[in-house]
Amino acid sequence: MAADNEISAIYYIQHHLQNLTFGKHPDNGWSWASNSTEATEMGFWAIHVDTMGWSIAMGALFIWVFRKAGRMATTGVPGGLQNAAEMVIEFIENLTRSTFHGKNSHIAPLALTLFMWILLMNSLKLIPVDYLPEMFGRLGVEYMKIVPTTDVNATLGMAFGVFCLIIYYSIKVKGAGGFAKELSLTPFNHWLLIPFNLVLEVVGLIVKPISLGLRLFGNMFAGEVIFILIALLPFWAIWLLDVPWAIFHILVVSLQAFIFTTLSIVYLSAAHEHH
Amino acid sequence: MNINMTLIGQTIAFAIFVWFCIKYVWPPISQALHERQKKIADGLDAASRASRDLELAQERAEQTLRESKEQASEILEQAHKRSTQMVEEAREQARSEGERLVASARAEIDQEVNRVKDELRAQVATLALIGAERVLESSIDEKAHREMLDKLAAEL
Repeated sequence: MAADNEISAIYYIQHHLQNLTFGKHPDNGWSWASNSTEATEMGFWAIHVDTMGWSIAMGALFIWVFRKAGRMATTGVPGGLQNAAEMVIEFIENLTRSTFHGKNSHIAPLALTLFMWILLMNSLKLIPVDYLPEMFGRLGVEYMKIVPTTDVNATLGMAFGVFCLIIYYSIKVKGAGGFAKELSLTPFNHWLLIPFNLVLEVVGLIVKPISLGLRLFGNMFAGEVIFILIALLPFWAIWLLDVPWAIFHILVVSLQAFIFTTLSIVYLSAAHEHH
Repeated sequence: MNINMTLIGQTIAFAIFVWFCIKYVWPPISQALHERQKKIADGLDAASRASRDLELAQERAEQTLRESKEQASEILEQAHKRSTQMVEEAREQARSEGERLVASARAEIDQEVNRVKDELRAQVATLALIGAERVLESSIDEKAHREMLDKLAAEL
């Protein structure tokens, strides 16, 4: 009986941590993965449909709400929605002004998108862990992991986007030569040490997006696992741990969104600086 | 934890959302925000200017009030002076008029007295003559005594 319980608990956890995957299986061709082994066997040519779907939904929600606020925006007395949107925008603007030292009007909207998008995606975690997977299960969808930021692909994907922008702005501001010089001649300005500098700087550069993505992923994934573990408790004990953890997670959700945004701005600011 | 195409998909979604935000979401809200900030700043500016104007106007009003009060008191004083002067003049005139009236009345009385005296004188002469005639019971030559009696009457 104990072993049964253990097996079902392991199954429950694994089930909750498995993405809905569609990909090219070596044996079955393009198909839905029916279990985690199949999903692993698909390798790179697979896509987490739930991650993509929920992240795009959250992004679209952000765009829709803020677009609506922008459409109704007046210079007179603002309504509730506009007030909220302006509050966020002012917050992001101040954040950008204090952290970003270059001149680029695209950084603030970029930061706004990152912040609101990650915030919304993280907030999905506050929905009880069983609600949506159960609902989709009834509809015949086997796996449903609704929080995109607990998928390392999503966080690294965004970090990779930021990384591309870092490279783009580095080259745009400093020129290809300037960027190469920065990579090869810092921190030791001597031609003999160019290979050493290069290794150091390239590693430093690549670490930026990886740390950015993994930090968000790690925090969200760990929080999700704890939620799942709490859900395994007897029903009368769940709320005892679930409520404090959820309240704590309101902080974590916004804090992680804030950290991701701030670090992205810092990295982009560094990309705009001449040495 | 499989790394797969989701990573690329997420990057593309990220790029699209950022582009959309830069293009359509950020500008209107940001613009409205800054315009309102400017408007509020202008409003505050105008308010402080208006309060300064008000202060100035109050000061001016006070000054005008003070001046007009001074003027009023001056006018009042002048009127007062003029009225006492007029009363004085009227009194003077009345007195002189009274004196004149008194004098003319006195002259008239004197004249009347003289006239009555003259009349009396004439009558006294006649009366004296009649009296004397009665006393003497004799006929006195009127012609002879007339002259004497007139002289007597004139002496009265």
